[in-house]
Amino acid sequence: MKGGLLRGRGLQIYTWLVIAWLVLPIAVMILFGFNDTHGRYNTAWQGFTFKWYGKLFEIGDLTQALVNSLLIAVLTMLIAGVLGSLIGLALGRYRFRGSGAMNLVMFAAISCAEIVMGASLLSLFVTLAVPLGFWTILISHVMFSISFVAVTVRARVMTLDSSLEEAARDLGAGPWTTFRLVTLPMIFPGVLAGSMLAFALSIDDFVITNFNSGGTMTFPLWIWGATRVGLPPQVNVMGTLIFAAGVLIAVANALLARRRANA
Amino acid sequence: MTEIQAGPGAAVAAAPVSGDVPAIELDHVVKEYVSHGEVVRAVKGVSLAIAEGEFFSLLGPSGCGKTTSMRMIAGFEDPTQGVVRLHGEDVTSVPPNKRDINMVFQSYALFPHMNVWDNVAFGLKRKKVPDAEIKRRVGEILEVVDLVGREKRRPKEMSGGQQQRVALARALVNRPRALLLDEPLGALDLKLRQAMQIELKRIQREVGITFVYVTHDQSEALTMSDRIAVMNDGLVEQLAEPREIYERPASKFVAGFIGTSNLLSGTVQQITGDTAVLALGASDRILVPADGALAAGASVDLTVRPEKIKIAKDQPEGDLSVVRGTVSEVVYLGTYNSYVVRLGDGAEITVFEQNANDSTITAERGDAVWLSWQPWHSYALR
Ligand SMILES: Nc1ncnc2c1ncn2[C@@H]1O[C@H](COP(=O)(O)OP(=O)(O)OP(=O)(O)O)[C@@H](O)[C@H]1O
Ligand SMILES: [Mg+2]
Repeated sequence: MKGGLLRGRGLQIYTWLVIAWLVLPIAVMILFGFNDTHGRYNTAWQGFTFKWYGKLFEIGDLTQALVNSLLIAVLTMLIAGVLGSLIGLALGRYRFRGSGAMNLVMFAAISCAEIVMGASLLSLFVTLAVPLGFWTILISHVMFSISFVAVTVRARVMTLDSSLEEAARDLGAGPWTTFRLVTLPMIFPGVLAGSMLAFALSIDDFVITNFNSGGTMTFPLWIWGATRVGLPPQVNVMGTLIFAAGVLIAVANALLARRRANA
Repeated sequence: MTEIQAGPGAAVAAAPVSGDVPAIELDHVVKEYVSHGEVVRAVKGVSLAIAEGEFFSLLGPSGCGKTTSMRMIAGFEDPTQGVVRLHGEDVTSVPPNKRDINMVFQSYALFPHMNVWDNVAFGLKRKKVPDAEIKRRVGEILEVVDLVGREKRRPKEMSGGQQQRVALARALVNRPRALLLDEPLGALDLKLRQAMQIELKRIQREVGITFVYVTHDQSEALTMSDRIAVMNDGLVEQLAEPREIYERPASKFVAGFIGTSNLLSGTVQQITGDTAVLALGASDRILVPADGALAAGASVDLTVRPEKIKIAKDQPEGDLSVVRGTVSEVVYLGTYNSYVVRLGDGAEITVFEQNANDSTITAERGDAVWLSWQPWHSYALR
């Protein structure tokens, strides 16, 4: 790109600006987890402390909300992971009656505004007289994340050489053994990526959860409620830990991928 | 003239060893695909019998139905009509994992997430062979394909030729009663290909099992096979030994597809003894062995192989086929020279001349030459 608009120093400065833009809010969140604040508002720097890490679980409601969120996210990851993978496998592999409609519904679910999906789920639950709470949150989370898993797995399945499965059949493996020993290991990176996406989508969902939570608190809901009275530093600490876990998983994934590429 | 009349639709030929049950039999097999609402007839009625221990090739141009035929033998496709038999047993509706044959795929289809050892041991593990025996047999077969010491490698860390040998070992280790190979050398370069041809032939002799070999490379089929089925457009055009196919092609298609051949046609002028004489011009004549089928006035298509024709500046003597023409092209090809000679009626004939003595080229471009060949080298096509 000789003579391009962004080159040399300009490009460098621009890159760092973008990185700063992305990182700054996270840095502030982490920093204020170490703030030795005394009042209600954790907004002004008052000195460094580790004490919030020690008092992490002192706010009962907040802890309960975090536990709910984690539990729902893990269950969503498992349920949407399995069901979504099966849908992705079917869509990527076979052309069947209704596969076109299925594809359409998947993309509609992905592109649908959350507020619309939340509201319509709520009216569905109310109409069917399903009591709102933990289970309705779980159902709605599985519902909106399943298409992301299916689309991710489908992309992986489409790159799969179908003669691999034929080779397994040819060598004496029945359909189930072929799936277990050949198909699943081949599509597993897609299944893993899709499931992790489902976890990530679930744990920070606010809009849809807010419609369908009833009295059950999740982490994002609790924070939203607390903003009016001031966020305790524990929220920053929990945020920091969730972020750190995410970074760890991403790094581990990258390392594994590199190992696999070199292996 | 030929024993095997393998016209379209009637391509039946018995296994060479009569009395034995053939290893593989296709009995009037038809395969139709439906794609985008249209019926595609990939195989239009193929019958063939492959004997135990035979190296059998399916040869033909792209899209003629070779792969489809092989996939029906392996069990990956259900025939629309007809019966597939393995060792006399009807297996038409038996799934591939229950058939005692193995296939080597054109893409090799090695499992990328397993190393060489696990790839090769896959079939034996499915059959619940004891560990000690798996160890012994995998070790043995890796020796046969010369891959000892590479057990821990992943397929993508190996060259094309090595992957090919892993694929071969993975199939052979199961000691199948027949091995199906779909253009197994297609992805290799010429040198490696020729080396692997010899290697495959050696392995086949060593293990002594039936090989069914799909290829569109006629020289590969000619060098390796015991018998060849030449396919065209979903049908077997000829099923015979390589020499027979080369010397006595059953149809224009086979003559054109196998090697270089000159197609000529003419009208029978007279029959003298066991020779029919076709007149082309004043001093030109073509002699064809006459069987009962030829009569004066009949029009005949015939082929002559380029290496059977002699090229000379002077009129040859004797009871030969003789035609005159003008050299329109001379190509020096190392072991032989190739001439293209244009006849009076515009037809072109290719002639190969061995470079046996360090003689100079017989004729130059533009020279008038005489071409001659023995009567029995004219082969009439039906
Ligand atoms: N699954 C399919 N659906 C529709 N048509 C098919 C299918 N498989 C093969 N065909 C058609 O059947 C015909 C024979 O195909 P086949 O693969 O047997 O050819 P081939 O002789 O192996 O050719 P090549 O040398 O190119 O591999 C082709 O015209 C092909 O387009
Ligand atoms: Mg093919």
